[in-house]
Amino acid sequence: MADSSWSVGLHESRYAYDLIESIHVWALCLFFGLAVMFDLRLLGWTMRSVPVSEVARRLLPWTAVGFVVMVISGALLFSAIPLRSFQNIFFRTKMILLMVAGINVLIFHSGVYRRVISWDLDLTPPRAARVAGALSLVLWVAIVLSGRMIAYNWFDCDRQPQPAIINFLTSCVPTEAEH
Amino acid sequence: MSLLSFFQWCEQSGIGEAIRRSAWLFPLIEAIHLLGLGLIGGAVLVVDLRLLGLGLRRQSVAQLARDAQPWLIGSLVLMIITGSLLFLSEAIKCYYHPAFWLKMTSLFLAIVFTFTVQRKVTMADQTRVRPLWGKVVALVSVLLWSGVGIGGRWIGFS
Repeated sequence: MADSSWSVGLHESRYAYDLIESIHVWALCLFFGLAVMFDLRLLGWTMRSVPVSEVARRLLPWTAVGFVVMVISGALLFSAIPLRSFQNIFFRTKMILLMVAGINVLIFHSGVYRRVISWDLDLTPPRAARVAGALSLVLWVAIVLSGRMIAYNWFDCDRQPQPAIINFLTSCVPTEAEH
Repeated sequence: MSLLSFFQWCEQSGIGEAIRRSAWLFPLIEAIHLLGLGLIGGAVLVVDLRLLGLGLRRQSVAQLARDAQPWLIGSLVLMIITGSLLFLSEAIKCYYHPAFWLKMTSLFLAIVFTFTVQRKVTMADQTRVRPLWGKVVALVSVLLWSGVGIGGRWIGFS
């Protein structure tokens, strides 16, 4: 993948990479910003007079749009630097956290949210909803942090020596000369 | 003192020096700055989407603007603190970077616009505001804040 003309072109282009990264940041405001506002409503910290189901119906479609743009632009950024990213501990952390965040969304929507009628107008939603909101907040914050850190990889395979545990977690195989 | 010498003084400050010397301080502050940007995005969009008729509909604009306000101001304060720290560590680079000036201009306009024109429209009796006017205000708001975010991202590109 790294040797494809697509990847090399993106990697070496003057503006394409920067442009895609800007789109990624812009979509972050749309996705992360509105997801946070929904989480804050679940915690009862904002928009308390608005029914939860209405916030979900009117704002979550926008987070879905933001998410799609995030995934597409993120995949393009990945395709420009595939090997480095795959062996990047922050990239791996981010992917795992994304899966955990996805599971949290599934649990919320198939669990307490099915009974939303009964707590739609609560100023402070039930505990299960607050836990889902808090967990979502923490996870998305951690995902943004680890995403930003991908660019500052202190644990790059070429920066040996690294502790054995790091090389294990990043699947790096340091050559003898680097020791 | 000329502007450039002020920027040089910032660059040479102890805080700027400390951030430059550390391997992880700049990335960490930058990541917090990014979280603040996302939160501002949410607080701004809740109101702007309402004005555009594309988000929440049944609540009054004024109520949503009041709900979003503490989060908007809170994240703005966080952005300004972390942004100032980042600036101190690379003030000279900023001085010569067009994206920095684009961002500062957008930021100034966005803040003034949000707390004057937009506030007046959101807090007004909606029956007396022409819907088109609300939409124009929302579009200007989205454009100005996008300029802040994208200009900021571009400071990092050489």
